Amino acid sequence: MSRLTDMLALCGACAAFACAPAQAAGAAKAQASVVARESPTEGRWQGIGRPATAAEVQAWDIDVRPDFKGLPKGAGSVARGQEIWESKCASCHGVFGESTQVFTSIIGGTTPEDIKRGRVASLTKSSEVRTTIMKVSQLSTLWDYINRAMPWNAPRSLSTEEVYAVTGYILNLADVVPADFTLSDANIGEVQKKLPNRNGVTLDHGMWQVSGKADVRNTACMKDCPTEAKVASSLPVSARPAHGNLADQNRTIGPVRGAVTLAQATQAAPAAAPAAAGMADLANKGACLSCHQIERKVVGPAFQEIAAKYKGDAKASATLAAKIKSGGQGVWGAVPMPPAPNLNDEEIGKLARWILDGAPR
Amino acid sequence: MPAFKRVPAGRPMSGRLRKAPENFLSRDEIGEVAAGRRSFLRSAFAAAAGLAAAGAARAQAGPGEDIILKPQPWATSLGQPVASNPYGQPSKYEKNLMRRESPGLTRVSAASVAFSPLQGMFGIITASGLHFERHHQGWQDVDPAKHRLMVNGMVKQEMVYTMDDLMRLPSVSRIHFIECGANTGMEWGNVAVPTVQYTHGMLSCAEFTGVRLIDVLDALGYDRKKGRYVLAEGGDGSGMTRTIPMELIESGEVLLAYGMNGEMLRPENGYPLRLVVPGVQGVSWVKWLRRIEVGDMPYATKDETVHYVDMMPDGMLRQYTSIQECKSVITTPSGGQTLLDKGFYNISGLAWSGRGKVKRVDVSSDGGRSWRTARLETPVLSKALTRFNIDWVWDGAPVVLQSRAMDETGYVQPKINQLRAVRGSRSIYHNNAIQSWKVAALNDGGEVGNVQAY
Repeated sequence: MSRLTDMLALCGACAAFACAPAQAAGAAKAQASVVARESPTEGRWQGIGRPATAAEVQAWDIDVRPDFKGLPKGAGSVARGQEIWESKCASCHGVFGESTQVFTSIIGGTTPEDIKRGRVASLTKSSEVRTTIMKVSQLSTLWDYINRAMPWNAPRSLSTEEVYAVTGYILNLADVVPADFTLSDANIGEVQKKLPNRNGVTLDHGMWQVSGKADVRNTACMKDCPTEAKVASSLPVSARPAHGNLADQNRTIGPVRGAVTLAQATQAAPAAAPAAAGMADLANKGACLSCHQIERKVVGPAFQEIAAKYKGDAKASATLAAKIKSGGQGVWGAVPMPPAPNLNDEEIGKLARWILDGAPR
Repeated sequence: MPAFKRVPAGRPMSGRLRKAPENFLSRDEIGEVAAGRRSFLRSAFAAAAGLAAAGAARAQAGPGEDIILKPQPWATSLGQPVASNPYGQPSKYEKNLMRRESPGLTRVSAASVAFSPLQGMFGIITASGLHFERHHQGWQDVDPAKHRLMVNGMVKQEMVYTMDDLMRLPSVSRIHFIECGANTGMEWGNVAVPTVQYTHGMLSCAEFTGVRLIDVLDALGYDRKKGRYVLAEGGDGSGMTRTIPMELIESGEVLLAYGMNGEMLRPENGYPLRLVVPGVQGVSWVKWLRRIEVGDMPYATKDETVHYVDMMPDGMLRQYTSIQECKSVITTPSGGQTLLDKGFYNISGLAWSGRGKVKRVDVSSDGGRSWRTARLETPVLSKALTRFNIDWVWDGAPVVLQSRAMDETGYVQPKINQLRAVRGSRSIYHNNAIQSWKVAALNDGGEVGNVQAY
């Protein structure tokens, strides 16, 4: 163990050197050669790689399989889950997991009959939104994903107890477990047997194994081939401009040109001033454009809506800069805005002024 | 030639063939050239001779295109020095070809997709900057010195590798396509989007360089009998996880890749390490790859249970649908483009199969009644994009263009109604139907529209 510890310490030193400027590279190389790494492999590649320590495997091997291998011991109550849900999850997923505002709904579309049968009947209806609980066939999937990737802006920040609690709360919202339930590693196998769509998946298809057989086949007919000789579907006229001006999405030389699908052709739009173009880049750097656009509300308000709201407000620039820096919630709705750690104060100040100017292109 | 084509009466000028203010011959002059060059040349020579006699040999006279007759700035000035763009960029005239999102497809750009502009791409290699993007929790630019790959599970020794380690190992370079399982997914029911960028642009092809995963597992000693599945896990916030059957890895095709098109992977494509799983949908090509686990059962991860499951008409979800079946699409001419005039065109497109090489591509210009076999351009590689071309003369009448690929297993790309007959229309994933483009009559503008015809 002590030899291993030494080795790891040396590796740490190497890593530190590797980040240093180029002149340190020679030293790093020398250091690396000091680390006599005995390959435990089948002898093929001497000195390449090193054994993973137990702590490292524990830190990274977080997956939970359908047989619940990998599930850490623990428990969490529905009540606790509700608290966590309302503080960390509801802003994107809705208080009852029903929201489609940011992501597809988690809850909805399942019935007590589905829970009995293990198949979700509403999946056959074309109009139904397909919620997570309608589709998910493995409880391990829910636990694993919440544990590895939630919340969206702070993955892996939930404790084991919290993951159990949130998973339990989702199951309670779907009427799979009662409100006084505590989900744990001891009872999760039993709860799996009540998951509404547990029998709703199949491996009976040819697209998994290389040797699989295709389920749909055409023939290579060359002449007088049977057709219905009509256009069954075409792009609705109303959808034609939905993807912008196609003339601007095709090369301006060659055998074809893009069709003009928006009245205001490119020539009409003045070329972006370098300063304004730089601002859009800055907004992108701050990851603002994931939720905000200039003219259109997405998750958050459009920049132009913000400009309109604060028009003539002398303090707006400072207020907005503070919001960008630290995040905010409540002014435009329940969805919180995370802070922008990628931007420095000067950049934030510029961005705030640009937004208040109506985000000119 | 197109520069001399006449603009048909009644066609809008903007965005299409435009008569530039000073660069073209006049209508009369074109007529003169077309009628027989003799008189045109004679007058030009006479003028030149007269001028030469007058001692003004360099002055221009007579008809001709100003682009030719008048010196252009790029021919009469000093150009830019080397390395003024230390990392080269496309011409400023190429800005129209870029990755784009499909408005309204997703609500959050960090869990979204940017489509490749197939409508303007050539050959089979996707320029790295145009490679499609699909992220589940945003992209990261990971410090390669701090990146580690752990291999654990049913191996004799659980190991950790640095990028130094991996890049010391024997490498291979291979050209493969990558296609998102949801490519063309918006079109299962009806036509939804206008151009090939949005119908088929979750598709790219690159030369990937890396270590064969089987070599690493062999060196470690994995459980060949029970260890029939591998979990690949990403190091980003989504911790993307997908199960890969060991059978695929044992084929030697699955790579731990760090190189793409001769340079390191781009951050959006998983820098510094991603899994390459030829023939299999893009979600399995785990980016920012941090861990490989050998196990004895599939893992039923989120993107194998809630997403990337193909819904059948009876509501049953096909799980682990992975292989991208044979597919093709005409990229030129394609949706949202306008043909400049009737006459000769080179119909060009892409074909690919997750089960091997493309064997043949047929093209129809009558909505599938009759087909002609296209030329396959070399190289034709297994599980790589294959470029096809075929000559076509357009008479200006409305037509429906289609391409239909066949792979080396004999599988023929199906029609959308054939797919729907088996799988319904709500699957989202694995729509490999024949694509139809309807070219409107020249008199109606010659615009190509996305349609379904079978």
